[in-house]
Amino acid sequence: MKYIDEFRDGAAARGLARQIAQETRPDREYRLMEFCGGHTHAIYRYGVPDLLPPGVRMIHGPGCPVCVLPIGRLNMALELVARPQVTLCSYGDMLRVPGSGGQSLLKAKAAGADIRMIYSAADALALAQRHPDREVVFFAIGFETTTPPTALVIQRAAELDLPNFSVFCNHVLTPAAIAHLLAAPEARALDAVPIDGFLGPAHVSVVIGSRPYEGFARDHRKPVVISGFEPLDVLQSILMLVRQLNEGHTEVENQYTRAVTRDGNLKAQRLMAEIFEPRPVFEWRGLGLVPHSALKIREPYARFDAERRFPLTYQAAPEHRACQCGAILRGVKKPTDCKLFDVVCTPENPLGSCMVSSEGACAAYYRYGRYQGAA
Amino acid sequence: MSAPRTRHSFAGPLDFESGLVELGHGSGGRAMAQLIEELFATAFRNPWLDQRNDQACLELPPGRIAMTTDSYVVSPLFFPGGDIGSLAVHGTVNDLAMAGAWPLHLSAGFILEAGFPLADLKRIVASMAAAARAANVTIVTGDTKVVERGKGDGVFINTTGIGVIPDGVQLSGDRARPGDLILLSGSIGDHGVAVMSQRAGLEFETTLQSDSAALHELVAAMVAAAPGLRCLRDPTRGGLATTLNEIAVQSGVGIVLREAAIPIKPGVAAACELLGLDPLYVANEGKLVAICPPEDAERALAAMRPHPLAAAAAVIGTVREDPHHFVTMETTFGGNRLVDWLSGEQLPRIC
Repeated sequence: MKYIDEFRDGAAARGLARQIAQETRPDREYRLMEFCGGHTHAIYRYGVPDLLPPGVRMIHGPGCPVCVLPIGRLNMALELVARPQVTLCSYGDMLRVPGSGGQSLLKAKAAGADIRMIYSAADALALAQRHPDREVVFFAIGFETTTPPTALVIQRAAELDLPNFSVFCNHVLTPAAIAHLLAAPEARALDAVPIDGFLGPAHVSVVIGSRPYEGFARDHRKPVVISGFEPLDVLQSILMLVRQLNEGHTEVENQYTRAVTRDGNLKAQRLMAEIFEPRPVFEWRGLGLVPHSALKIREPYARFDAERRFPLTYQAAPEHRACQCGAILRGVKKPTDCKLFDVVCTPENPLGSCMVSSEGACAAYYRYGRYQGAA
Repeated sequence: MSAPRTRHSFAGPLDFESGLVELGHGSGGRAMAQLIEELFATAFRNPWLDQRNDQACLELPPGRIAMTTDSYVVSPLFFPGGDIGSLAVHGTVNDLAMAGAWPLHLSAGFILEAGFPLADLKRIVASMAAAARAANVTIVTGDTKVVERGKGDGVFINTTGIGVIPDGVQLSGDRARPGDLILLSGSIGDHGVAVMSQRAGLEFETTLQSDSAALHELVAAMVAAAPGLRCLRDPTRGGLATTLNEIAVQSGVGIVLREAAIPIKPGVAAACELLGLDPLYVANEGKLVAICPPEDAERALAAMRPHPLAAAAAVIGTVREDPHHFVTMETTFGGNRLVDWLSGEQLPRIC
């Protein structure tokens, strides 16, 4: 495939790996967090850890929308599908996430609930138009990447004055989460996360640009390199982070220049601001309550807000007692540190959200990296 | 070639242009007799069906007999490179062939949904008959049931097949040994992507065709050329990754693949990229994996490559000792990764 294979080239990878090995100093560690699940997935799928010197350690961050959604929010979706008039449209990954009492959307579907797996927000809108007798609810999850399409379908539903369409909005914000990881006193009290630098998100940054990371890099003195999702992008970004750390720099650098600008996609940002406003606080799985880290639908569009339409109220719900998803999402523990990993928690029977999504650290490690521990 | 036939008092011939399947077509009465007469018995015509008995009485050649069954629920029913009818022949013929068996006879069970267009059914049956003729197998017995509208999805087909295994041929998934080589007959993922490209909600344009094909002639050539052949399997549902994991567990070994050696068509790679799929897990219907000792590999490849269904045959990996029975892969990128079992359903109703 033109324009993709070039970013997966083995010879170029070996060259970059050599350079990283040459430039890392033996007297220090480089603890780098890739925020995005997309990076975690690429790192394991292409075997990137095999190419890194022992001093460079990748810490997997919370950038997986399925993984960070707390059980309480999933329970709300389960509550929705219990209503006979509701058709819930969801991205596939969400279906297998276990909610309270071992319930999941997939189990609810098997028991007769009307749940459709869709590939885009537009599919949900089209379904509502085709079935005026059904209350079609779009289960919207994701970071700034999937938010503009959700905003667009709400805007379109308003134009059409569609009476049977609403959105259960769970969109979350990347910069707030990164800042919280380092800054929040709660997080520090839980466990000090030693992170030297960040691999910044690819697709999220296409939308929000590189500017939102600038204040954060300056205040917390941590370099950020915005990185593409292809494995060569990841290796090159690691090299850029190693160089910044060696030179004592703490800048926002953009490796993904073929798609990311400093200001991002202003049209998408305006659209998001038109439809959504920040929630005062939102619970993240693993991170707890994070202020201004999620979006809700603005008042003029309230009739498309499933939370107000039905209505739904959020109740925090406990995790499985031994599940380490929280600590794994904070980068404090590795998947193999969890007693449940590969014992009772597997992709077939996930107990925690990190085992469900292909972007989750546990699923990526289970699927691609597990042989290393066993060898 | 038409044998003398009892005249039935059907009101008129079936309307294969605009007629629909009705509940009566599965009732065992006159309507069903007419459907069998005018469609199935005509298309599949052979001495066993001509006897119009409830069973076929077969004389089989000497040797071990292989038997297999498979149900076909593919959606959509027609896809580039095939349809549920040809698939129902190829899939079962291939399951026999993977034991080294020469396929002889099939049964065909149809579950039809009331309201299904007779024109589509005729097209499917014609395609099934053509596939059977091409594979030199006969459909010797069958069954038709009709379910109410909304209780099925057009048509489901079950085929059972029997074949005879030549003396001395001993192929089984538990015979892989450390040091053996893994051969693949051609590019992977063609069938799954061709079917997906037609799915409602996903339609994308592609020139790709399903690889659906009968593999028994290829197998016969391989078995003759490489007597040391240990195991054959067709990587259908779950794809190459799942097939190799099954063999690794059955044989109690590990497997190492070389990503660069696995043929994938650019169109398949692009579609998988777009849909977030891994071609290693996408279904094939006309490919096989062979495991043999290194000394047989060249002979097997030499027998495969002249065959049109295996022109791109290649050695894609090796068998090794591994108490965990892992399948791993050296990536083109230069790293290693696990190639795990398929989890969940990546592509439902692909065959």
